[in-house]
Amino acid sequence: MVHVCTIVPISLTVGANRIVPAVAIPHPLGNPSLGRDDEKKLRRKLIEKALNALQTEVSGQTVFE
Amino acid sequence: MTIRIVHFINQFFAGIGGEEKADHRPEVREGAVGPGIAFKEAFGEEAEIVATVVCGDSYFNENMAAAVDEVISMMENYRPDLVICGPAFNAGRYGIACGAVAETVVNRLGIPVVAGMYPENPGVDMYKKSAYIIETSKTAAGMRKAVTPMARLALKLARGEELGSPEEEGYIPRGIRKNQFAAERGSKRAVEMLLKKLEGEEYTTEYPMPVFDRVAPAAAIKDIKKAKIALVSSGGPVPKGNPDRIESSSATKFGKYSLQWLDDLNPGNSETAHGGYDPVYANEDLDRVLPVDVLREMEKAGEIGSLHEYWYATVGNGTSVANARRFATEIAKELNVAGVDAVILTST
Repeated sequence: MVHVCTIVPISLTVGANRIVPAVAIPHPLGNPSLGRDDEKKLRRKLIEKALNALQTEVSGQTVFE
Repeated sequence: MTIRIVHFINQFFAGIGGEEKADHRPEVREGAVGPGIAFKEAFGEEAEIVATVVCGDSYFNENMAAAVDEVISMMENYRPDLVICGPAFNAGRYGIACGAVAETVVNRLGIPVVAGMYPENPGVDMYKKSAYIIETSKTAAGMRKAVTPMARLALKLARGEELGSPEEEGYIPRGIRKNQFAAERGSKRAVEMLLKKLEGEEYTTEYPMPVFDRVAPAAAIKDIKKAKIALVSSGGPVPKGNPDRIESSSATKFGKYSLQWLDDLNPGNSETAHGGYDPVYANEDLDRVLPVDVLREMEKAGEIGSLHEYWYATVGNGTSVANARRFATEIAKELNVAGVDAVILTST
């Protein structure tokens, strides 16, 4: 499992092992100030980061910046 | 001389607004505001709330380093003898803000701080070592009950009086050990405790073991192009109309929803049930919380094996740890049976 969330300290406190920092609390995987296409690109980037985290061996809690 | 106190509260308790104002930047107001009025009564003549610093929950948590600096420098101008934070009850972001301010006040200003939180607030685990956090109820209905011990502890700290045990003072144990003389020697106390334990009787340990809720990391996915990926979220993403009526806070259930026929989330087919953040952006385009559009594209392009046909959702707003654990157990069981290889869990 990979946890995509904005407030990384909470994720660390609850014990997630793979963490990908997100954009903002009300829109973790988007940014309404961007155009539609740019926003989707941003989302794709975050998902790629999340998929990369899933494919990476970790020995403990790891934040994928 | 009157004790000078600065109070830290969020935008909600300052009466500025709810989630739609959670981006409110730090500001300072003279005197007591909101819950500060109740503290003022409790302090009487002995202490005065000289200023109240207000910050929006989202602004604080999304810009923590800058927000802490701004808040602390505003406080410094009022030369406080003590700072009060909250109480934040079970509001997670507010609790973290209170905890971060408390920790920094102690470290930078070198003055005592009293905060107030419900024990399951994430701010407790993060900051209980750094500050005195009075245990409160879950919601602001317990304001009166929170103010009395917070004010009492604040006055004691400001006067430099010796504190009693966490139980006596009402604060959450900080893990600080203090030497004291016991009537009986350790070996005798230990044997007595052991006998009580064997008899199944009540006893109080002198050294509680910390509880760490940790799991070993799962192995890495070998071939993502063959992996079945599931989406799970605590951000409340539900089909339009919230068919299971998942509660906007303190959720008692989760939902399981079909992704069949869905390539993209939009205001016509989906919304958020979450009551703990401004829902405008999620309701405009729920892919911002549950990234169905991009994962569908990646599935079609063969970049992932497949997207699991159901998504699971609950609302992580004031939800009890016991309920969250139950949801997780049930969801994980179903995902296992369905042969899901990996989960992307999104949180707001």
